[in-house]
Amino acid sequence: MTAATVGAPGVLQGVGVGRRAVVGPVAQVRSAPDVPPDAAVQVDGRPATPQETHAAVESAFAEVAESLRAQSAAAGGTVGDVLAATAQMAADNALRTQVLARVDAGEPPVAALDGVVDMFAAMFTQAGGYLAERVTDLRSVRDRVVARVLGLPDPGVPRLARPSVVVARDLAPADTAALDLENVLAIVTELGGPTGHTAIIAGQLGLPCVVRVTGATGLEDGVEVAVDAAAGTVTPHPGADLRAELDRRRAADELLTADTAPGATADGHAVALLANVGTPADAERLGGSGAEGVGLFRTEVLFLERTQAPTVEEQAEAYAAVLRALDGRKVVVRTLDAGADKPLAFATQPDEENPALGVRGYRLVRPHPELLRTQLEALARAQEATGTTPWVMAPMIATADEARDFAAQARAAGVATVGVMVEVPAVALRARDVLAEVDFVSLGTNDLAQYTMATDRLRGELADLLDAWQPAVLDLVAATAAAGVEAGKPVGVCGESASDPLMALVLVGLGVTSLSMAAGALPAVRYAVRRHTHERCVAMAAAARAARSAADGRAAVLALADPQVRATLGL
Amino acid sequence: MAERTVAVASRVGLHARPAMLFTQAVAAGGVPVTIARQGGAPVDASSILFVMSLGVPHGEEVVLHADGPHADRVLDELVALLSTDLDAPEAGGDGAGAPAAEASS
Repeated sequence: MTAATVGAPGVLQGVGVGRRAVVGPVAQVRSAPDVPPDAAVQVDGRPATPQETHAAVESAFAEVAESLRAQSAAAGGTVGDVLAATAQMAADNALRTQVLARVDAGEPPVAALDGVVDMFAAMFTQAGGYLAERVTDLRSVRDRVVARVLGLPDPGVPRLARPSVVVARDLAPADTAALDLENVLAIVTELGGPTGHTAIIAGQLGLPCVVRVTGATGLEDGVEVAVDAAAGTVTPHPGADLRAELDRRRAADELLTADTAPGATADGHAVALLANVGTPADAERLGGSGAEGVGLFRTEVLFLERTQAPTVEEQAEAYAAVLRALDGRKVVVRTLDAGADKPLAFATQPDEENPALGVRGYRLVRPHPELLRTQLEALARAQEATGTTPWVMAPMIATADEARDFAAQARAAGVATVGVMVEVPAVALRARDVLAEVDFVSLGTNDLAQYTMATDRLRGELADLLDAWQPAVLDLVAATAAAGVEAGKPVGVCGESASDPLMALVLVGLGVTSLSMAAGALPAVRYAVRRHTHERCVAMAAAARAARSAADGRAAVLALADPQVRATLGL
Repeated sequence: MAERTVAVASRVGLHARPAMLFTQAVAAGGVPVTIARQGGAPVDASSILFVMSLGVPHGEEVVLHADGPHADRVLDELVALLSTDLDAPEAGGDGAGAPAAEASS
C-alpha cells in the first residue's frame, strides 16, 4: 500500500481511490466547533447582557431549524426526510425552553445546551435501536446551534459557490448525500478507508478521491490543490508542470471514455463489463457509460434509514425501474445485504458482539424469513411488469446447502437464473459443490479479503492487509474461477478490485467471465483489457499468485503490462 | 381537563414520521397537551424529542391530557390521528384502498 510521506515538501500523501486527477480550490467541511462550555456570547466586542444572550440562543434555534428545512426541501427523497426530522428537533419546543431556562438562570449557553442535549441523548440511547441512531442527528443540531450562538461558521458541508475540492476529517453518509455534486471536483478525507462509504460513492460518481490524508483538514479554504487519485497525493499550489501533466491525463481519459464497445481482450476473448448500482437513479445515469449491464444491484439502499421494510409494491416498483433503465441488458439483483456495517432498524440483531461474523446477509432468513420472501416476490412482479428477466443472488452464503435452499426459494418465486456471492472463504474452497446448486457465482472481493485476512473493512489503518493483491485472497479467487470453468458457469467479480485495471487483467487470466464496478472505472478497465491478449492475462495471473506478498505480486504483473497502457493510465 | 386513551395504530410505533406528524398536530392545536404511556410520567406532547423518547410501540395505549377551551375537540382530533397508520404511503396507491396484503409480518 502507500508508503510513508514522500515527494516534494508540502505534498500530502494518502490512499487514492480511482485514477482521476483534478486541480481546484479547497472547500473545508467543518467539524463540530471546539469551544469551552463556558464560552461567552459577544455583542459588538463586549460580553452580551443576559437579555442579549437569551435572544441569541432563541434565534440560533430558529435559524438552524430554518436552514435544515431549506436543505431538506432541496435534497428531497430519503435524505430530505432525514433532514426534515433533524429540522424538527432543532425546532423542538421542549429542547428550546429547557435550554433557555438554564440560560436565564445564569448558565453559559454551551453548557446549558450540552446539559439538555445530553439528557435527551441518554434517553434515546437507553431506548436503543432506531432511536439510538438518531443521537447523531441530535448532536448535529447541538453543533449547529453552538456555532450560531457564538457567531462561528456553520459546521457541516458548505454551500459550494464554485467547483471545489471537498476536504473533510470524515464524511457521514448524510454529509455525502447533502453535497452539491455539480460543484464537487474531488473528495479528500483524513480518515476513512479505500473501501469505505465515501470512497464507494466517489467511485460511482467518477470523482477523484484520496482518503487517509494526514493534514488535509489543515488546508486553508480557497487554496488551489492538485488531487491525484492514481498517486494518492494532494499537492497545494501546484506548479505549471503538474497542471500540464494532469491536463494531459484528463485528455487521455476523455478519449478512453469515448470507447463504449463490449469488453474483450486483444484476441477477442469476451469479458462482460458491468456496473454496480444502488438505486434506480444510479441505473438511469448509466446511459452513456458503455456498461453492458448491471453486475450488482445493491438492494439494501432501498431499506436504509427506514424503520420498516418497504412493501412488496414499493420494492417491485424500484426493481422494475432498474430493469427498465437497463432496457433488456443483464441485471444481477443482490438480495438484502444488511447487518455488520449496514445496520437496519427492523432487521439488525441488537446485541451482537461480532456483527461481521453474525446474523447478516442471507443469514437474516433465519430470524426474518419474510424479508427474503417479500424481496423475491417483488422481483418476480418486476419481471412480470417489465418482461425482462433479472438474475438474483444472495450475499454471505457459507455452505452448499444454503445455496441450494436459496436457489429453491428463488426459483419457486419465479426467478429463473439464481446465483450466490462468494465472500466467505468456505464457499471459495468448496466452489464446486456450490456451483452444482446454482447457475452462477459472483465474487465480492472486499468481504472475501476481510474474511480471508481477518481484517475489519472499516479499520482504515489495516488497509494493507485488506488488499485484494494478497496472494491468499487471489488463491481463493482462483479456486472459485477454476470451479466455474469446470462447471461451464459464469463467475463474476463485483468487488472494488474489478475497478483496478491491473487487477482486472489478473481476474480475466484466472477465468473470471464478468467484471462489475463503479461506472466511473469502466473506461480504464475496458482499455486495459482490450490492450492485452488472454494469454498475457493468464501469465499475469500466474505471476500474481507466484508472488509471496501483495506488493511483489502487483509489481510482477505491472512488469508484464503493455508500456503504453501503463503510461496512459499512470500505473 | 380532558383525557383520552388510545392505541397507537402506526406499524412503526410512535416515532419517525408518525411522531413528526403527531407533534405537529399538537402544536397546531394551540392548547397544552401531555402524553404518557400507561402508568408512566406525562411529557409535553408537542416535543418530538419527548414523544420519540417514550418509545411507544405499535398497538400500545397512550394517555393524552389537555387543558383549555378546546381541549375536547383537540384531543378528539389527536385520537383520530393516532388511530391511523401514519406510516402508510400518502398516495392512495393501487385499487380502491383494499387493505394492503403485506407479505411482511
